[in-house]
Amino acid sequence: MHKYIHDLRVVNKKRINPDYYILELTYSDTLADMFPGQFVEIKVENAPNTFLRRPISIYDVDYDNNILKLLIQIVGEGTNILSYVEPYDYVNLVYPLGNSFSMPENNRILLVGGGCGMAPLLYTAHYFSDFGYTPSILIGAKNNLGIIEPEEFEKYGELHICTEDGSDGTEGYVTQHKLFESPELFDKVYVCGPEPMMKAVAKWTVKHNIHCEVSLENLMACGIGACLCCVQETVNGNLCVCTEGPVFNVKDLLW
Amino acid sequence: MVNLEIDFNGLILRNPVLTASGTFGYGEEFKDFVNLNALGGFIVKGTTLNPRQGNPYPRMAETPKGMLNAVGLQNKGIDEFCNSIYPRIKVYNKNIIVNVSGSNIDEYVECAARINELETIPAIELNISCPNVKQGGMAFGTSCPSAKQVVKEVRKVYKKHLMVKLSPNVTDIVAIAQAVEEEGADSVSLINTLLGMAIDINTQKPKLSTITGGLSGPAIKPVALRMVWQVSKAVKIPICGLGGIMNAGDAIEFMLAGASCVQIGTANFINPSVTTEIINGIYEYCSSKGISDINDIIGKI
Repeated sequence: MHKYIHDLRVVNKKRINPDYYILELTYSDTLADMFPGQFVEIKVENAPNTFLRRPISIYDVDYDNNILKLLIQIVGEGTNILSYVEPYDYVNLVYPLGNSFSMPENNRILLVGGGCGMAPLLYTAHYFSDFGYTPSILIGAKNNLGIIEPEEFEKYGELHICTEDGSDGTEGYVTQHKLFESPELFDKVYVCGPEPMMKAVAKWTVKHNIHCEVSLENLMACGIGACLCCVQETVNGNLCVCTEGPVFNVKDLLW
Repeated sequence: MVNLEIDFNGLILRNPVLTASGTFGYGEEFKDFVNLNALGGFIVKGTTLNPRQGNPYPRMAETPKGMLNAVGLQNKGIDEFCNSIYPRIKVYNKNIIVNVSGSNIDEYVECAARINELETIPAIELNISCPNVKQGGMAFGTSCPSAKQVVKEVRKVYKKHLMVKLSPNVTDIVAIAQAVEEEGADSVSLINTLLGMAIDINTQKPKLSTITGGLSGPAIKPVALRMVWQVSKAVKIPICGLGGIMNAGDAIEFMLAGASCVQIGTANFINPSVTTEIINGIYEYCSSKGISDINDIIGKI
């Protein structure tokens, strides 16, 4: 798959709440084909202490309007300074990067997203829906501020919500949700979120012999397999999350 | 017209821009971003006799104007390089240089001897300066006797251009440069990364699994430039300068300080097309200054 370095124009910036914003970007030519689970490396200008690009999941792609959406959580100086871009500004991207989630074979699929890890799952649900699949989607966060655009997720599947404080959906961790009482409903589970959450879901899928893919977000520099900084230990040795991932079958991980 | 061609002690470079080992993979990772054949050359990932898994994650920490890495020479070993990587990449550029490392002298020698057999590899860069391995690496490059010994033994088996990559983690880099020159090195490249560390104050733990790692990026450029200048005054063999070069202006600084060519390293991580921009920038600089031959600026300081 060809990778590009392009300046994309900001079409819209949606501030969701103090912690999250969505950038809608367009390109002067047709956007490249992107697959669910892939990511971009975005350059942050005018951030004195931010040296490297920031890897950000593809949140959604609207090919009809040639728009790429990124859901960004403010976690440090880079993502904070980036939140000040305005429509008509340009941001520089290296993209699309990484592998992608595998296609389902039927509707017996569950998408589980925790915190900002729900970002790649919107495009995944959208993509699967375009192929005629209707996934079950479970998104979880600490509180209702972390439940981003549930109406978007609802377009593509059957949405379930949970929050640790009960301020939206079911109270508790995602793995305490009633969906996890029915392993017989699922053939494939796709997960992205904090590592303890992914590990808990992975453990459940292994116990019930369900195919499970997780999307990892190791610290990385280049994003294109050159620096070898973002490696994950696997049954096949240390592999780059940026090129051999970010999506891994949990059976290949040494969890 | 500006001449950018450099005769680097027998190695003919179409321009003075190469890439630094460990920052450019095997070249192919960058083929969507760079016309690889337009580079002066590129130096592939540090290669050792046996495959290495490198150090545990985390191996990287971002720092002001730079980054620390502790990759630890993860590579697939010389067999895999010779049998599958080399045949795949050899068409990309006539100056593909292999960075060679080892835990002991025998490993360096055997690895160099294997690469000597590869027809289209015109040079090796002997890495006696990797700070991220427990044995070998920088240990060889931080004392004159050990640097001399490894270069002497490799020189016996390696018949093509032998570049030696020097460590800045020494009291007197000039003495090391002179020592490797005496043993028959054809050129030196400097500098490798500076040993550094970073701590996460929330977890109160080091940010790298190995505690210390190698610092690269613009943060180290003034140190690198100073060392290139000092070495250039003391050795006759040419110098390949590197350390924090982000743009054409930085590259020109290194050449004015005495480097005959440069390597672009960490900048590739931020802008994968940067090498092309630097080559064009050097050309434009020369044009605007009325310089007809890039060789005229080497070592002007």
